[in-house]
Amino acid sequence: MTADHILSVRINGEQRRVAAGSTIAALVAEIGLDPARVAVERNLEIVPRSTLATVAVADGDSFEIVHFVGGG
Amino acid sequence: MSGVGELDDVWTVAGRTFSSRLIVGTGKYKDFAQNAAAVAASGAEIVTVAVRRVNISDPSQPVLMDYIDPKKITYLPNTAGCFTAEDAIRTLRLAREAGGWDLVKLEVLGEARTLYPNMRETLRATEVLANEGFLPMVYCADDPIAAQQLEEAGAVAIMPLGAPIGSGLGLQNRVTIRLIVEGAKVPVLVDAGVGTASDAAVAMELGCDGVLMNTAIAEAKDPVRMAGAMKLAVEAGREAYLAGRMAKRMYADPSSPLAGLI
Repeated sequence: MTADHILSVRINGEQRRVAAGSTIAALVAEIGLDPARVAVERNLEIVPRSTLATVAVADGDSFEIVHFVGGG
Repeated sequence: MSGVGELDDVWTVAGRTFSSRLIVGTGKYKDFAQNAAAVAASGAEIVTVAVRRVNISDPSQPVLMDYIDPKKITYLPNTAGCFTAEDAIRTLRLAREAGGWDLVKLEVLGEARTLYPNMRETLRATEVLANEGFLPMVYCADDPIAAQQLEEAGAVAIMPLGAPIGSGLGLQNRVTIRLIVEGAKVPVLVDAGVGTASDAAVAMELGCDGVLMNTAIAEAKDPVRMAGAMKLAVEAGREAYLAGRMAKRMYADPSSPLAGLI
């Protein structure tokens, strides 16, 4: 893969490299997460679950991927 | 009212009806298994949960949902750790997307030392969330006027603190809790401050619709046993409230008849 085909993104504060053309659903799956159990924010905007499989990742995107943990 | 039997003594928040009046947190437990056992012993039908970043380095770690089934127990996403209305709103929008739930627990904190609520930010967040279709149950100061304002802003439940979060000090001001109960048209639940079973009973005897607690169970030496104790305390307090307590007297009044004394 050449540099043209690699995108640089931030996920939960960590720098990651992903293949150009990846969808957000592919990104979530690649990390090893069940898309049904997480929510994704892209550049401070919620990505609706219904569009995870259609929205393409862009270079420089910043993602927050959250789930539920124990709390009071 | 007559329906004192446990079966028909239910409560309703935002159109959803529950029979358990105890809501428990899911933080601070030794592990998920202990947490799940405590929830089962408490009889709770609602648990609070926090929204946090997933660990993308180790996504295979066990998660809460593996132990507490959100199809059986209602998850109530909270905004713990949020100090501004914006942070709380952002957190709950994510929670709604992650779980699809619109019934949420809003808390906007004022400072780390006391975890006392910032009521100006809390009120602002309540308005925004209600306008976006959320059903916010709101952690708040034990202030009857602030409680009214929250209700006007769209809070579906008022949840005053009994004492600081995690302190276990018990209800510090029965008068303000009673005034909030008397003035509210939505359910009132004491949220925070309960340390042991009698504290939960006191809240229920004041006419609260329920009690929310986390640390009192999670930090007990035997959390599962304490969860059971809290279940009984909430039920006992509720029954005592419905039964109507005796009037207080300043002096003694003998229970045995005076007539016929030898």
